Amino acid sequence: MSWTLLLALCAASYALKAVGPLLAGGRELGPRARRALDLVAVPLLAALILVQTLGDGHRLVIDARVPALAVAAVLVWRRAPFLVVVLAAAGTAALLRALG
Amino acid sequence: MATAIASTPNRTLSGAAGIGIAVGVYGISFGVLAVAAGLSAAQACVMSMLVFTGASQFAFVGVLAGGGGALAAMGPAVMLAVRNAAYGLSLAPILTGRLGERALAAQLVIDESTAMARAQDDPGAARRAFLATGVSVWLCWNAGTLAGALLGNGLGDPRALGLDAMFPAAFLALLAPQLRRPGAPVAAVAGAMVAVAALPFTPAGVPVIAALAGVVPGVLVARGVRA
Repeated sequence: MSWTLLLALCAASYALKAVGPLLAGGRELGPRARRALDLVAVPLLAALILVQTLGDGHRLVIDARVPALAVAAVLVWRRAPFLVVVLAAAGTAALLRALG
Repeated sequence: MATAIASTPNRTLSGAAGIGIAVGVYGISFGVLAVAAGLSAAQACVMSMLVFTGASQFAFVGVLAGGGGALAAMGPAVMLAVRNAAYGLSLAPILTGRLGERALAAQLVIDESTAMARAQDDPGAARRAFLATGVSVWLCWNAGTLAGALLGNGLGDPRALGLDAMFPAAFLALLAPQLRRPGAPVAAVAGAMVAVAALPFTPAGVPVIAALAGVVPGVLVARGVRA
């Protein structure tokens, strides 16, 4: 993994955080811009869930990650702690792969 | 949760510590996955210290683990960090002081510190809650990352351990609390559909960026809800 790109990500991340505290000078966003920005993470996270569950290079596949996500979904719905959710997902996939 | 931890300084501190510990556990899983995806332990730690925004970091190593290059991993990671700009703008009125102080405070602008600040009644309390939560989360996130990276170096085949299945589970846990916002379910479904449709035809990382289009129907629905 290249350090250059990693440091570029660090710089981009800091620049986004610093826009308000360093440059805004008390100005605030309008309600419409704020609503759109509030929603930005939602479709990205939803896309990441599906791409990371079904993606295999450029193919869509159904493998042990699908039942693992189902287990995670039940646990998230039951408000289980974060670590329980991710460990249960890993355990489900590992178990199914060991069996199959 | 936010209202329960508002008010007195002691409750602010214990709330900040509690959030920190929870995030530390999350940091352990990030450290494990980062080294499994090919980052060195040092890179994982530098990332947690300097990028310091969980969803972006998970997205970055998730794309790497899925076989995308570092450049492909950048797009989704940066787009997920855009919400921190919105947080920073909303916090600007309470983050006053000298340039150096504001420059340091900016690094602490994340989901948790913003939520804690917004739960307070007056600007002084909001500032204290922001700083206490930000510092607590920063320390625990980095301690967790270091522990996870060292732990992850000793682990075997990531697939046999089901580590790849941890990413969607982690993103689901991050997404779930956000789905209560107006328009969010529509934005989520639309984004997911765009990404899956784009996956066979576009380079790694692009499907997730394309999913941003889901914001449009989300905002339209949110506006319809209000009207």
